[in-house]
Amino acid sequence: MKKFKEKLSGLAFLVLALSSISVLLLITVFIVVQGASSIGREGLLNFVFGMKWAPSQDIYGIFPMIVGTLSVTLGAAIVGVPIGLCTSIFLAEFAPPFLRNIFRPAIQLLAAIPSVVYGFVGILFVVPFIRNFLGGPGLSILAASIVLGVMILPTVISICEVSLLSLPRQYKEGALALGLTRWQSILHVQLPAAKSGIVAAIILGIGRAVGETMAVIMVVGNATAMPESILDSVRTLTTNIGIEMGYAFGEHQEALFATGIILFVMIMIINGLAQSVVRRKSK
Amino acid sequence: MRKKPRVGEKVVVGIIWTAAVLVLAVLAAIIVYILVKGLPQLSWEFLTQIPRNMGRAGGISSTIVGTLLVTAVAIVIAVPFGVGTAFYLAEYTKEGIITRIIRFSAESLAGIPSIVYGLFGFIFFVITLKMGYSVLSGGLTLAIMILPTIIRTAEEAIRTVPNSYRETSYSLGATKWQTIIKTVFPSSLPGIVNGIILSVGRCVAETAAVMLTAGSILRMPKSLGDSSRTMAVHFFILASEDISMEKAYGTAALLILLIFLINVVANILVNRFAAKRR
Amino acid sequence: MDAKIVIKDFNLYYGKKQAIEGFNLSIPRNEIFSLFGPAGSGITSLLRAMNRLSDLTPDLRVEGDILLDGKSIFAPDLSMTALRRRVGMVFDVPTPLPLSIFENIAYGPRLQSKKSKAALQDIAEQALRAAALWEDVKDRLQAPAMSLSGGQQQRLCIARVLALQPEVILLDRPCSGLDPISTAKIEESLIELKKNLTVVIAPHSTQQAGRIADRVAFMLLGKLIEDGTSEDVFMQPKDQRTNDYITGRFG
Repeated sequence: MKKFKEKLSGLAFLVLALSSISVLLLITVFIVVQGASSIGREGLLNFVFGMKWAPSQDIYGIFPMIVGTLSVTLGAAIVGVPIGLCTSIFLAEFAPPFLRNIFRPAIQLLAAIPSVVYGFVGILFVVPFIRNFLGGPGLSILAASIVLGVMILPTVISICEVSLLSLPRQYKEGALALGLTRWQSILHVQLPAAKSGIVAAIILGIGRAVGETMAVIMVVGNATAMPESILDSVRTLTTNIGIEMGYAFGEHQEALFATGIILFVMIMIINGLAQSVVRRKSK
Repeated sequence: MRKKPRVGEKVVVGIIWTAAVLVLAVLAAIIVYILVKGLPQLSWEFLTQIPRNMGRAGGISSTIVGTLLVTAVAIVIAVPFGVGTAFYLAEYTKEGIITRIIRFSAESLAGIPSIVYGLFGFIFFVITLKMGYSVLSGGLTLAIMILPTIIRTAEEAIRTVPNSYRETSYSLGATKWQTIIKTVFPSSLPGIVNGIILSVGRCVAETAAVMLTAGSILRMPKSLGDSSRTMAVHFFILASEDISMEKAYGTAALLILLIFLINVVANILVNRFAAKRR
Repeated sequence: MDAKIVIKDFNLYYGKKQAIEGFNLSIPRNEIFSLFGPAGSGITSLLRAMNRLSDLTPDLRVEGDILLDGKSIFAPDLSMTALRRRVGMVFDVPTPLPLSIFENIAYGPRLQSKKSKAALQDIAEQALRAAALWEDVKDRLQAPAMSLSGGQQQRLCIARVLALQPEVILLDRPCSGLDPISTAKIEESLIELKKNLTVVIAPHSTQQAGRIADRVAFMLLGKLIEDGTSEDVFMQPKDQRTNDYITGRFG
């Protein structure tokens, strides 16, 4: 009886543990099935490299949105990574304990603030600033890059900080003992040693930027045309879904799911990269 | 290696300080601005009245209820699965092919954008399972979204339980199940609860996934089968469609307060947990 | 000799590494038996094998047999939980569970069967008296066990094992971190305990083995070097290595 109960509890836990696998499979299958017919109709190349998105004429090409996603993400990385990396160095190496105790919960809070609030602040401050001082509509790649750059900070900071702090103390002590200054030790010893963690942080930050929807919808303008400068309005893969899902039917809806497939594939590649970097580090 | 002059080093350190201060300043600016603009909007009426005229007038009570219901469904569903998975990974199995698949799945789920969860929830719960736009569809979608967070935090909490507790329990004649229920689970509970609280925060903040699954009806939901608008969705619609800036500020302030509260509670819990361990 | 435990041709491996080799030993009933030797001799591994706590270590493998009252503890139909209740274990560092003093004692008895509060109170008092802790804690049984001093915690761990009314109690360097007064108290209670059960102890020093053990066995690198009454082994060791170790000329 007792043995039976033991076996049963193990089995029950295994069943619960299979939930994440089954859910992942369900998500993949349902989105692929729902979107595949659209890609089949358009042809993968026409869909991915098509320049025109016109649901009213049943023309579905998402190339400008791929460009939009990539440019917004790159912009977010350019804004967020240097600031995030500097802040993590600050927290790991320079911050007095009381400041560290302020920063930790602050960064958690930064991560927890709803993305719509970031978008809102973007509309209120970033967009008008760009419109007034740099020209263009304001709703633009640049605006989205700045907002997303702030949004990926918590990811970049916390993972970089952990990988800097988890270095053996001897690295730093050895460097300082050799007569390197504190900064030289950071630059030549600690940063290279923490490289894989930092790379993982950047990749995960990029993943967050690629996947963000609501904040981007609010500041990016969502024009479906190919952008010519960072002051132009674009549409990203996520915002395409977010904007049109509410009223799409039939082929149009399938095309949005097809957009989802492309997004899904991009994210899986990014996650795969991050996981392999982390795994290589743990070896 | 040593040719850098002292001045250069000072400049670099200055840049690092500036970046850190900037991060803190941006956060403070966002919070202070929203609270200053939004707190005056908060009143008893705002909290207890149903939105009228698309949200231009009245309060936001139905969206508060909607948020709570959707979050409750998500937590009730995700916690058993997430905590169960964590116990399986940490206590019931050696590292092997199964754990690797489970971990890969959980990590992949963690990276999926919320809009994709929204798409999935729409096609699976709303359409295929015929749940319609409803609190239930929204809650189930969020449950999947928070599953990886709950798994990860719970597994970490379980792994911090000292092995001596397990050995002691076994040496007193306990079975594995008894050891887990009577010793490992109580000792890891604060960490598990911390993960759950953080997940509540994510549910409250989430917009894209619930918009596509719970809908955006402003009525007070009467059952889990009713469509409902959450606070975050309401705020998005108010702000992006320029319906009412005052109400938008008010909703945002309430959201921020709620998130702040959730984080404070989670932090207190973690600190007390850590203090107990010492 | 009336043997409580008999170890026969016992080998123990961690993966490919052998930790105990060709071990044969009889441990008599109602005595204090002391296994001593330098660190890494396999004493802990042997103790942990005696109530099969060793099963928890991945990649650990055993050959040979250990008999408890003439029956193999590796028999497939044997209940592991019953074995662990019959053969209690005290670890080298005190391991109170994060519960109250009372709950720590009640943990084991409750696993067996439902018991009334009064019955548990009785069990707790007896066990705490036997471990010489009752006078220290009788007024604060609900206090957290972690609030006790190190020596008190270790006596609590002994009491916790006694509450299960075991036949054998294994102690793995139970006094290694304790002050002399706590150590003396524990030693006194062990001498009292052997009237009712069999004590197997890995002492933290040869002096302790000399003070309390009826019989001793000297282990070195996973092998039994010699065993006998403590007088014989300490006064006239047969093996040169034993002699070297107890006179401190080892290594």
